[in-house]
Amino acid sequence: MTEVGAGVDQRHEGEGGELLEVRGLTKTFGALKACDAIDLSIGKGEIHALLGENGAGKSTLVKMLFGALEPAAGEIRWKRRVVAIQSPGEARRLGIGMVFQHFSLFEALTAAENIMLALDDTTPILQVAERARELSKAYGLPLDPFAHVGDLSVGERQRIEIIRCLLQKPDLIILDEPTSVLTPQEADRLFETLETLRDEGKSILYISHRLEEVKRLCDRATVLRHGRVVSHCDPRRETAASLARMMVGDEVDTVKRVGSVDASGQSLLEVKGLSRPAANPFAVSLREISLSVRAGEVVGIAGVAGNGQGELFEALSGEALQDKAGAIRVRGTDAGRLGISGRRLLGAAFVPEERLGHGAAPQMRLSENLFLSRHVTDAGAFVGALGTVRSGALANAAARIVEAMDVRKGGEDPEASALSGGNLQKFIIGRELDRQPAVMIVNQPTWGVDAGAAARIRQALIDLARSGSAVLVISQDLDELFEICDSVAVMHDGRLSAPVPIAEATFEKIGLLMGGATPERAEPPEKAETA
Amino acid sequence: MRLELVKRPQHSVLFSAVSPLIALLLTMIAGAIMFSVLGKNPLDALYYYFIDPLRETWSLHELAIKAAPLILIAVGLSVCFLSNNWNIGAEGQFIAGAVAGSILPVVLPDFQNWLVLPLMLVMGIAGGATYAAVPAFLKARFNTNEILTSLMLVYVAQLFLDWIVRGPWRDPGGMNFPETRDFHTFAVLPELMPSAGRANWGIIFAILAALCLWFILRRTRKGFEIRVLGQSPRAGRFAGFSSPRMIMLAFLISGGLAGLAGISEVAGAIGQLQPSISPGYGFTAIIVAFLGRLNPLGIVAAGFVLALSYLGGEAAQISLGLSDKAARAFQGMLLFFVLGCDTLIHYRIRFVGRAPRAREAIDHA
Repeated sequence: MTEVGAGVDQRHEGEGGELLEVRGLTKTFGALKACDAIDLSIGKGEIHALLGENGAGKSTLVKMLFGALEPAAGEIRWKRRVVAIQSPGEARRLGIGMVFQHFSLFEALTAAENIMLALDDTTPILQVAERARELSKAYGLPLDPFAHVGDLSVGERQRIEIIRCLLQKPDLIILDEPTSVLTPQEADRLFETLETLRDEGKSILYISHRLEEVKRLCDRATVLRHGRVVSHCDPRRETAASLARMMVGDEVDTVKRVGSVDASGQSLLEVKGLSRPAANPFAVSLREISLSVRAGEVVGIAGVAGNGQGELFEALSGEALQDKAGAIRVRGTDAGRLGISGRRLLGAAFVPEERLGHGAAPQMRLSENLFLSRHVTDAGAFVGALGTVRSGALANAAARIVEAMDVRKGGEDPEASALSGGNLQKFIIGRELDRQPAVMIVNQPTWGVDAGAAARIRQALIDLARSGSAVLVISQDLDELFEICDSVAVMHDGRLSAPVPIAEATFEKIGLLMGGATPERAEPPEKAETA
Repeated sequence: MRLELVKRPQHSVLFSAVSPLIALLLTMIAGAIMFSVLGKNPLDALYYYFIDPLRETWSLHELAIKAAPLILIAVGLSVCFLSNNWNIGAEGQFIAGAVAGSILPVVLPDFQNWLVLPLMLVMGIAGGATYAAVPAFLKARFNTNEILTSLMLVYVAQLFLDWIVRGPWRDPGGMNFPETRDFHTFAVLPELMPSAGRANWGIIFAILAALCLWFILRRTRKGFEIRVLGQSPRAGRFAGFSSPRMIMLAFLISGGLAGLAGISEVAGAIGQLQPSISPGYGFTAIIVAFLGRLNPLGIVAAGFVLALSYLGGEAAQISLGLSDKAARAFQGMLLFFVLGCDTLIHYRIRFVGRAPRAREAIDHA
């Protein structure tokens, strides 16, 4: 693959010069070249996309630009001068601002207080709030500076981050996967803001793996794969398929949905009137959730992050117990008072959102992590007399799963943290599929997973359902839900909507439900004020 | 200027393996410097510390006597530390075991038959475990900080022992000395080879306990549970393990073993209760546990090293007139270097200057 240089847009050369130019930037972690001689240039007033799968080196590159990591080789030119950016503070002084994917906000403080914490000077809080309000008006980012962050939606929190960044008057703004937490409508408004900023001459480095977005918004794109630049291109002249090919390196299998659901299938997972008070001030309480998943069916739960999906998963898995045994029924048996092991014995399997530290213990080997979720259900195979662990049987089973899910790893039985996110997720899903569970509950199955692995995981979930199991998928990725689900329900503020059959579901309809609208109230209230 | 610890992307397997040895070496160097500052010849001092106690059979027996409680306690602590429970109160559990185990020979001196010793050992284990159950229950139920509660209970136990040997349990025929009556023959832990030295069954208990726990930690589901809950509690919960139950179990095991060490010490080397029955075994065992890398077999070796530092301290005190505090300082340095080496395996130190402006080194424009 030698696409380097193909379709390079030359029009910025020789003009007023580039705002940022990066040449040969390299960063190594041990034997791994996370970034290998990266070239990148961003002109004034352009939105530049940085595309790549997980593990392609996007984050490492951005951390070097933002002063959080020190490059091993190469140079960064900022406004035509070679600079060594040694800390985020220095990056900000130079005029580089960043909005992180995972927000760094204190939930107990107000928006204005959070903004003030990031400013170096000692501006009075009222002045900060006033400036924040002005900016929020100017850029169509409605925000109450005195609202407590804990009460705000994810979209609103992102606005705080953006305003905080703008207050420092940056010339270059780096946005890391900004739409991954937004409803489609919220994302549209973010794009308008970004276009306004571009028209003012600000430059934006936009990191994403959503190709349609990049095609719509960005002027130029740099595509990374395995730490190298594979292409500089104009995304508007590319197709989503050609961009995906550059990112992945070859064709991505499309997911095949064969057969249709037998509507008379037996209901294997039933939830009736499930409520759960918030465990702490920043958790979401669940209110009267009911749903049922039949054999052969994939049901999706959409929703913006932080609307109770994590709490629902904990309640379903048995990590948090219910008051009423009948609130959750697995294969017709009351499971509300059973712990996670009891529910597994009824035939349920669970894949949590966090891979490291929840679904897998980072410092433990793959075979030990296999034991983690299956020591009760497969005690006969894996536990010997005296309670000993049968490491031989575990190693064989781990090898079988690695083979079945095409998990790529270094070493015979590496620690979970040594695997890339996508490969670990394939292993964790494979670990549960290997049991042929009757009920499978997955939270964010492909979060942060590269396209190839994601397609494999989605296909595996569909195949499991078609073989007669009930599959429940909680996801923020609407494309994913539309791809694999037979019906989609939406979670908002701890409530679950009625499921919408996939044939009747549209992005618009689900997006509105995600924003909290009831189906009758088509327009979300804020939309009018920015339009 | 300030220092920052930066996590290394991967840690060296070689240095992980030799880190305890490097720590020992650094301790010796630092110790040599300390001795020269104190005006002693450092080579002499190191000789008395580390070589002299190993030259004769009887002093090897003394080494076993000192190593036994250290190993017993540290093996129990390894279960606690691996499961992320910070039991700092083993010294108190040691005393509680010694007191509980001494009830029979002190209160019922006329009850004399072969049942006494096994009962004493069982009561010692029960006493230590019960005492450890207090901070465990407080943590499991009320989420208190077990470091504080277990440490504070040490002082309670020490004062209780002091009071009981001066008060109700004082030997009626003991000329008012603050100590209990001598244990009768059925209540004394037999020596292994009486003709060669004083070493008793305590060291056998210690090695058996180490072997048992090594097997449990490395080979069984229970050991897996202990490690998972220690390393990532949430993954442990996902596996269906219960944190509160693990807190109780870890404290009961380590308290029980500390109690066994306590009753073995008074029924073996001492033969009665005194106001002070431990030169800080319960605290030194923390060093032993970490020097042995929380591996019961490593702990056996580490227990002998620390026992040597006790004996060497005594030898240096007699031969060179070094204060007995030097031995404690020595142990402290050892813990410092062990933890320091372990930290530097996983992190490297970075010096951060006082916010230098952007280095605009070369200007091509």
